Amino acid sequence: MSLQSKLESGKFAITCEVGPLKGTDITEVEENAELLKDKVDAANVTDQQSSVMRLGSLVTSSIILKKGLEPIYQVVCRDRNRIALQSDLLSAWVMGIRNVLSITGDLPQLGDHPAAKAVYDLDSVTLLQTIKTLNDGHDLAGNELQGKPAFFPGAVVKVESDTEASMELQVAKLERKIAAGARFIQTQAVYDAGIFGKFMKRVEKFKVPILAGIIPLRSPAAARFMNKNVSGVRVPDELIEKMENVPKEDRVQTGIEIAADIIKQVKPLCQGVHIMAIGQEKRVPDIIQAAGL
Amino acid sequence: MILSEQKPFEEILGYLEGEKSVFILGCNGCAQSSGSGGPVQVEEMKKKLEEAGKKITGTKVIDFLCEKALVKSGLRGKVDEVAAADSILVMTCGIGVQAVAASVNKICHPACNTVNLGGSRGEWKGSERCQECGQCLLDYTGGICPITACTKSLVSGACGGASNGKCEISPDRDCGWELIYNRLKAKNQLDKLKIFIDPLDHSKLMARPEMMSTSRYALEQSDQEGR
Repeated sequence: MSLQSKLESGKFAITCEVGPLKGTDITEVEENAELLKDKVDAANVTDQQSSVMRLGSLVTSSIILKKGLEPIYQVVCRDRNRIALQSDLLSAWVMGIRNVLSITGDLPQLGDHPAAKAVYDLDSVTLLQTIKTLNDGHDLAGNELQGKPAFFPGAVVKVESDTEASMELQVAKLERKIAAGARFIQTQAVYDAGIFGKFMKRVEKFKVPILAGIIPLRSPAAARFMNKNVSGVRVPDELIEKMENVPKEDRVQTGIEIAADIIKQVKPLCQGVHIMAIGQEKRVPDIIQAAGL
Repeated sequence: MILSEQKPFEEILGYLEGEKSVFILGCNGCAQSSGSGGPVQVEEMKKKLEEAGKKITGTKVIDFLCEKALVKSGLRGKVDEVAAADSILVMTCGIGVQAVAASVNKICHPACNTVNLGGSRGEWKGSERCQECGQCLLDYTGGICPITACTKSLVSGACGGASNGKCEISPDRDCGWELIYNRLKAKNQLDKLKIFIDPLDHSKLMARPEMMSTSRYALEQSDQEGR
């Protein structure tokens, strides 16, 4: 069953992430696709994540699709203008890609090519609008398409913010994204089901399936790093302490258990989980099993 | 020197929808020489708005609206007229609109688009305020420019990168959209966050064709024309 039919029929969905690497070696991507294809409904293929140049998300989406894993083609607005974005979207449809996730994209200064020109000709909202326009059979200039796609577009949101302005802006933007055509939403990593529950109460009126983001902890240091550097992620102190109190060799297992525990808590509140294992893709099946999904 | 041109009157009327009274501010600096917001244009605007059924509580043309101190001193004798208005229509460049919006606790509508000058910038130094985009958005953003205040120049709202109100690029730089949010909240205009803004027309951000002409281009032209 496709991700779209699963979410539209109200079923609980599991997505994960496949990150293309720097270079032409696709062995790991193919291995991960093989391993995950029967365990998850679809996998996001990240697009130059953190502004670090890698193999493209379009071709990698096609590779995992051929391996039998349904891709969610991530598209960032940082690197391409509206001509390239529309053209790549049409190419994606022809290659059999159905799900697209619209993202603005980090600034180039945060990645490994800080001197690069940032484009942002479109942004996450206007890109969704663009996808809707293409689905309707036209391009952004109003010209008619010869053969049109029928993409299932998605978007992202942070559930937690450190200022009132930031939180309100997130909700306002989520509303804009949905108005612009987003039909599923994946969230930034969730570690506190209470806060997630409050967020879900606020946005339930939008009636769009939301998949809670899950990042398994690897070490106390990694948790602290995220708290310091990743906007919208806050790992509670008690979880960091829990990681600290187990021997080093057991930490990965503890991280999996914590992730499974969060999944169990958020499951009644939302319509799916999005597991971002960040280099630990091979452990995703363990997390799914531990969570009893 | 900054170049500006008046927005279409229909667009200005759209900004004023639901408002009964307006105070009009013009600028004796660049807007006067651009023919977009000097004394003559302020008078014309007053007439047109009155014909459209708006009450004009007062007008004032100030030397250099881009300088906040001059805005404040210039409006000193006009406090009651400004207070009686639902909003201020600011007939000058994007820098001037932002200076007024920052100085006066009133909704400030831009009446002009600032167009590309091909390099130089206006006054109110300290940070970049206007990129001469030719499609002024200040009405939607509380008089703070999203093109210059947001590092990514986003028109659809904040990205997810800010921490404690600061941009992901530097703890020194405010998140432009959080500034916009706080300004809209202070002026009771949070509904503006729901308005969909089309992608920018980047052709308007380029220098106008006549300014892209180089001496070489001129030589080639004269050559072709047999001069």
